[in-house]
Amino acid sequence: MKTSFKLAALVLVLGLAACTNPDRFAGGNSVDLNASANAAADPASPAYFQNTVGDRVLFAVDQSTLSDEARQTLTAQAAWLQANTDYSATIEGHADEQGTREYNLALGARRASSAKEFLVSRGIAADRLRTVSYGKERPIAICSDESCYSQNRRAVTVLRVGTGG
Amino acid sequence: MRNLASLVLLLLAFAAPLSAQERSGPLRITITEGVIEPLPFAAPAFIAENPAAGEFARDIAQVIADDLAGTGLFRQIPAEAFISRITSFDAPVQYADWKAINAQALITGAVSAGTDGRMTVKFRVFDVFAQAQLGDGLQFGGSTGSWRRMAHKVADAVYSRITGEGAYFDSRVVFVAESGPKDARKKRLAIMDYDGANVQYLTDDRSIVLAPRFSPTGDRVLYTSYESGFPRIYEMNVASVTRRALDEQPGTMTFAPRFGPDGQAVVFSLSSGGNTDLYKLNLASGARQRLTSAPSIETAPSFSPDGSQIVFESDRSGNQQLYIMPSGGGEAQRISFGKGRYSTPVWSPRGDLIAFTKQYQGRFHIGVMRVDGSEERLLTSSFLDEGPTWSPNGRVIMFSRESQGAQGSSTLYSVDITGRNLKRVPTPGGASDPSWSPLQK
Repeated sequence: MKTSFKLAALVLVLGLAACTNPDRFAGGNSVDLNASANAAADPASPAYFQNTVGDRVLFAVDQSTLSDEARQTLTAQAAWLQANTDYSATIEGHADEQGTREYNLALGARRASSAKEFLVSRGIAADRLRTVSYGKERPIAICSDESCYSQNRRAVTVLRVGTGG
Repeated sequence: MRNLASLVLLLLAFAAPLSAQERSGPLRITITEGVIEPLPFAAPAFIAENPAAGEFARDIAQVIADDLAGTGLFRQIPAEAFISRITSFDAPVQYADWKAINAQALITGAVSAGTDGRMTVKFRVFDVFAQAQLGDGLQFGGSTGSWRRMAHKVADAVYSRITGEGAYFDSRVVFVAESGPKDARKKRLAIMDYDGANVQYLTDDRSIVLAPRFSPTGDRVLYTSYESGFPRIYEMNVASVTRRALDEQPGTMTFAPRFGPDGQAVVFSLSSGGNTDLYKLNLASGARQRLTSAPSIETAPSFSPDGSQIVFESDRSGNQQLYIMPSGGGEAQRISFGKGRYSTPVWSPRGDLIAFTKQYQGRFHIGVMRVDGSEERLLTSSFLDEGPTWSPNGRVIMFSRESQGAQGSSTLYSVDITGRNLKRVPTPGGASDPSWSPLQK
């Protein structure tokens, strides 16, 4: 039950992101995760990466260090990227709204970089990975309490078709 | 861009109708912490000297009155209370009639508009209780389309004469216009008069744009845009609305740009490999200089008015605090030592104060402190206030205020540096990241 809810929530979030985030770098060669409803069953599909591997890691307040759970997720992401060399990724760092704009941009950059460095340490070529920070500009949860803030303090690995950075 | 060059200030000394003797130090507001009672003034509709001027005569007087009353230092006496009517610009002032309604200052004026789209506005200020004109009459000429600017110039002159301080009404604000829900917010650069009039959009909403900053002469704006997919700093010419990217280094992000007082130096943050440091770019030569080299976050830099120093925020101590370093880089001195986190420092145009955002116990504040960090005063408190910008005369601070919750949105507010006169600045929709221009020429 818990898993299926999470899955539905992620698909919803992705759907939103696809149409409301014009700044996503992947742009032209981004991956359409809604292309096929069955795609999530295919372990080589971006939807599988998204939903089963887990495309995001969360951070504590004002921190960019990776939790054990985050390391697990990133280890699985690294394994997937090792197996699916047709894809590269942009890691998007985000912050919650409790901070000033410039600092949150810098904090998001730290978080994206933390995730990237971990993937590189697990054997992913650095030139397959780009980072970008959105600071507090793109929350996925919009309430003003910790239940939302904890979801917004994140680094999301967004797949791109193509091998190069 | 409105025709700035044609807005000529003509210094004409009108003979005061009843000026008996020159009087020094008459009507005066000395702005201190103690000023609470606003000075009452009357600003009757200006005289329309020809039919084409008719539509402007009343509106100009009202903009002047709004400017003055908006400072919190003046109070407009409503027209219904008037005993005397101003029927001619040069007719003698019936001081007793204005004194009877307690109008300490009287502003009279006349407007004439030509068929060529040009107009002139002239005015006088009177110290009613002293029964004397305050300073010379002045005349401004310009296109009818710039009538609000002429009104602001009159108000600036009145404000300066009575307070002895620099003025700020003939100025503009560049900001980020916001629309849409929190998780899909659209942002556009926009520019408007300081009072919210004449809004004009400078970008479309396809890319996130952040934190525009005026050049020292108001002709250009630096800002951050995601149009490349990554945050990068851009320079825009306000008149032509043309832009260019600055400092495009692959694999890096640049943001938080701000002009130096010469209009050529730009200081900004660059993030590379997760680390954010300060850099300086010379727009003329393209030369680029790294100012800080630390594993901590260094951002939100702002030059001192003489260009010799830069105030910025850094979390090198463990959380965000304010530091000052020489503008060429070098050792930085920490200036903020109070409880909480300090960010977005901005040097005042007078050079004496630093405005900042402070985060403490879950609230955000706009505050000011002296350059050495002493005499910290918090001016506001809310769920989320941030990003102060100074009025050209260093008396007023404008900032963004975001409301709480899923329906939260951002609006602009201004507050006097005394902490009084907190008020919302009207914008068509949501708005954030204001930057106040210098006084227009």
